[in-house]
Amino acid sequence: MRDTLVGSRIRERRVLAGMRQAELATSVGISASYLNLIEHNKRNIAGKLLLDIAEQLAVEPSLLSEGAEATLVAKLRDAGADWAEAVPEIDRVDEFASRFPGWARVITKTHQQIRQLEHTIETLTDRLTHDPQLAANMHEVLSMVTAIRSTAAILHDDQEIEPEWRARFHRNLNEDSQRLAESTQSIVGYLDGAADAEANLAAPMDEVEQYLKSNNYHFADAESALSPGTPPTAPEVFTSRSAQDIAEAYLTQYQKDAALMPIGRMLHAIEEQGIDPCLLADTFKVPIAAVMRRLSTLPENHLANPIGLVSCDAAGSLLFRKEIEGFSLPRFSGACPKWPLFQALQRPMQPVRDIVEMPGRDARQFDCMAIAEPVERGRFGVRPIFTATMLIVPVSQAVPEPALVGTTCRICPVDNCIARREVSVLSEGV
Amino acid sequence: MGKRVLLIEDEPNIIEAISFILSRDGWDVATHSNGHDAIDAVHARAPDVVILDVMLPGKSGYDILSELRADTHTQNLPVLILTARGQSKDREMAERVGASRFMTKPFANADVLNAVKELVAP
Repeated sequence: MRDTLVGSRIRERRVLAGMRQAELATSVGISASYLNLIEHNKRNIAGKLLLDIAEQLAVEPSLLSEGAEATLVAKLRDAGADWAEAVPEIDRVDEFASRFPGWARVITKTHQQIRQLEHTIETLTDRLTHDPQLAANMHEVLSMVTAIRSTAAILHDDQEIEPEWRARFHRNLNEDSQRLAESTQSIVGYLDGAADAEANLAAPMDEVEQYLKSNNYHFADAESALSPGTPPTAPEVFTSRSAQDIAEAYLTQYQKDAALMPIGRMLHAIEEQGIDPCLLADTFKVPIAAVMRRLSTLPENHLANPIGLVSCDAAGSLLFRKEIEGFSLPRFSGACPKWPLFQALQRPMQPVRDIVEMPGRDARQFDCMAIAEPVERGRFGVRPIFTATMLIVPVSQAVPEPALVGTTCRICPVDNCIARREVSVLSEGV
Repeated sequence: MGKRVLLIEDEPNIIEAISFILSRDGWDVATHSNGHDAIDAVHARAPDVVILDVMLPGKSGYDILSELRADTHTQNLPVLILTARGQSKDREMAERVGASRFMTKPFANADVLNAVKELVAP
């Protein structure tokens, strides 16, 4: 039976080697578009071409043709990199995956679960520390408990207290205990709501993000709409009108961007020019931020790397978040001020680019490209409002001196950071 | 007349309880319940010791304390910080801005009384 995944393995190996599609295609004497078809398993490949590609990728041809489960191997490498101190035999990972595929899957699944749990812990820590409603409720409860404890101790310890004072303190106890009951009910209601799958969202924006994520940020209807004047309607899956409005505003913007940068032309341009938003903005004669938004909506199987996107207003509040693995975006608390996103706000209309590294055990590098642009065309007498947008792309070749950035201070292990706002719960290496 | 203590706190029943405990012990207690003009209250009352809540309407206890420390008339005034937040970073913050003592809510009445006594002991 013909193995239908040879192309996927080639793509996997090429990405691992940090090689662009066009580069590999040229080296083996075929066009990039033909290699693209091969990589998407739409053309068969064997014989000399397979041998040439294997040679360029420095792998055994059998790894491409028979496949020691390239995806599995990649995940094992990833897991091994996280536990480098255990000195796993990375050079024999192919052999391990071939001989013990079941155990290999156990390792990769466990590794994936650990990652998910770590992410959940980060999110929960972030929430407990920065959720303003929870913090306000807890402060109120502690104040009432303090008043009750102090008053009760007076009544208990002072046997000769005057009747009018005794009556006054009894009344205070009664008032505080009632308020305490109401506050605790309010907290329980809030936490119950958070536990409910429907309401496990702190704000309408979170609900919209879940919706976009479940659609992989790609909407075929908005791609094909030929009349941008007709705003798309979001399906009625939201629990609030506010979320519905945000989703429709997103889809309207999506439709406008898609009309200016149709998917076919966009993919062709990316193949020719790469994903540099400035070059693409010149090609399509659109703002750089529009290109960034558009890149974040393209199907991932058409791109060499996953693409993350984040935008903020001039106050630093995050307005939109498309997260990618390894670059967490805080939900409630302030983000790291060293992100190029915020540097862009200091230099409106000037593209800012930096290779950054998120520290910790799973340190990864990202190419971050940002720009701050006015929300609307400038007019005399109107103060401009700027928003900044940042594209986040994983780096395949690590650079020696990246800028060290974090997610948010609370969960950032970097020591001696001049931008630190508060103490971290993590230490370097966590 | 006992020594003067100024209690700056916005929760009325805590004010009442602490005022009662200190008055019973012979202290001359004055109270103030917001951050806006807390500095004015300190100057007007000229207390021997201040009990200062952190989360106050108008201005935080830390900001008030910073201003007190920047003023030569109050830079050495004993100040006991009371807060519902007892994490190490809150304690560090209190030390940084010049708190004489730091106490977390809920507290024992005897602890507050002892702390205040120690702060004005010769």
